[in-house]
Amino acid sequence: MYRVRRFAVRHAHAFERLYAGLEVVLKRSAPLLERIGYQRLEAPVAWLEKHLKGFLFDCQMCGHCVLSSTGMSCPMNCPKHLRNGPCGGVREDGGCEVKPEMRCVWLDAWEGSQRMKHAERIEVVQLPVDASQQGTSSWLKVARGEHGAGGSHEVR
Amino acid sequence: MKFDDEPVPGYSLPVLPGHVSPGRLERVLRAGRFAVTTEISPPDSADPAEVLQRAAIFDGYVDAINATDGSGANCHMSSVGVCSLLTRVGYATILQMSCRDRNRIAMQGEILGGAAMGACNLLCLTGDGVQAGDHPNARPVFDLDSMSLLNIARGMRDNACFESGRGIDSPPRLFLGAAENPFVPPRHLRAQRLAKKKAAGANFIQTQYCFDPATLRDFMAEVGDMGLLEGPDRLHVLVGMGPLASARSARWIRDHVPGVHIPDHVIRRLEGARDQREEGTRLCRDILQEVREIEGVSGAHIMAYRQEGKVARIIEESGVLEGRSPWYPGRDNPAELNPEAASAAGPAATGSGW
Repeated sequence: MYRVRRFAVRHAHAFERLYAGLEVVLKRSAPLLERIGYQRLEAPVAWLEKHLKGFLFDCQMCGHCVLSSTGMSCPMNCPKHLRNGPCGGVREDGGCEVKPEMRCVWLDAWEGSQRMKHAERIEVVQLPVDASQQGTSSWLKVARGEHGAGGSHEVR
Repeated sequence: MKFDDEPVPGYSLPVLPGHVSPGRLERVLRAGRFAVTTEISPPDSADPAEVLQRAAIFDGYVDAINATDGSGANCHMSSVGVCSLLTRVGYATILQMSCRDRNRIAMQGEILGGAAMGACNLLCLTGDGVQAGDHPNARPVFDLDSMSLLNIARGMRDNACFESGRGIDSPPRLFLGAAENPFVPPRHLRAQRLAKKKAAGANFIQTQYCFDPATLRDFMAEVGDMGLLEGPDRLHVLVGMGPLASARSARWIRDHVPGVHIPDHVIRRLEGARDQREEGTRLCRDILQEVREIEGVSGAHIMAYRQEGKVARIIEESGVLEGRSPWYPGRDNPAELNPEAASAAGPAATGSGW
């Protein structure tokens, strides 16, 4: 929902802390998750993630969540799917080039990031998404240590 | 500029130590000369002569010619096709590649194909949305963005491998470019974004149209303070500009073309002129002269859509080449002439006289 996702950006600091906490919980419960089996967990966790993050961030389930690096503004809502925005078409009023009625997702991202402890993460170049991961859970990837800030999907 | 060690036109120059490409543009920029580039609007045609005619009108004034890639999301001859035709007679080209229409498999293949044809300058762009052009019902691809395209192209060049990690036998030797638009929001973050582009692999930058040198000056100062214009892998910034045809067209561009910022005082200057078209050309020349003096600027990129015939005069009157005559086919050896140069002579070919 557009209004909820704008709310998330305005409260990026709180969501950053929430996410940091979630990351700790996920990593601690990795042995348990492994015993249950990641394959068995994939469908229910992805379902939960889709609905929860869909409500909060208009999440598109790209499978490569970078919210912690983009001010809690999901880059997949950019009509050009920019992972390193904003593009050069931002309107004078901050509107999107493609959808003028929507505020540029990347203006929100930079503003949100300034409210976060790790504001510098937005300066990291993000590599392209792996299209085969579309629809899969990012949270389980965090638990497995495959994903997260400073992960293999960034240029370092 | 023609170099002593330049072989047959269409063949690559030797890559100098510390250089990444076999091209003339990199040599001019690294030599510290003020470089001038322009763009060709690819024809809606399969006739190679049209491409060569469109290039010939810039002879003696530009160091490289951009071949646009479906600019404004309109369909034209492909940029690889245009570059291939131009490099065959020796022109230095800048291959524009937009992420809108192809996925990473197609784009990496085109980079290799282009490089094999001598297109050694690559401008990595995200591209306009499809809604802007003549095929608004096309599927936008955007598998990559300009930043990840830059990064992949650098990997192809420096690590000799595709994004997949698979090896490339003979890597493309590319001078990598990107675009930036310091004139639209968020202005205070544009320099930081430029730093990201450098980190992703950019060697040179071509900016969006500049009608506001004051904003550019602030931007360049910030870019300079960040240290992006120093060292062997420094950025070279070429500032985009072009002549406006009238106050009315300026207003139309401002309202309809995303990313072009035209301040009110520019429109007032055009309105106050007796001959608005002439004033638009003078304005471009004045901006070019002003930009030339801004510290850190390495060159200019002149985009004169449907006014291509004015590019030579703008450059000539501005004096930015300081007497230098960039190389063109036939400059030193009439046998190397662009076969279409004669038929391109005169302003008729360009749709606008003086």
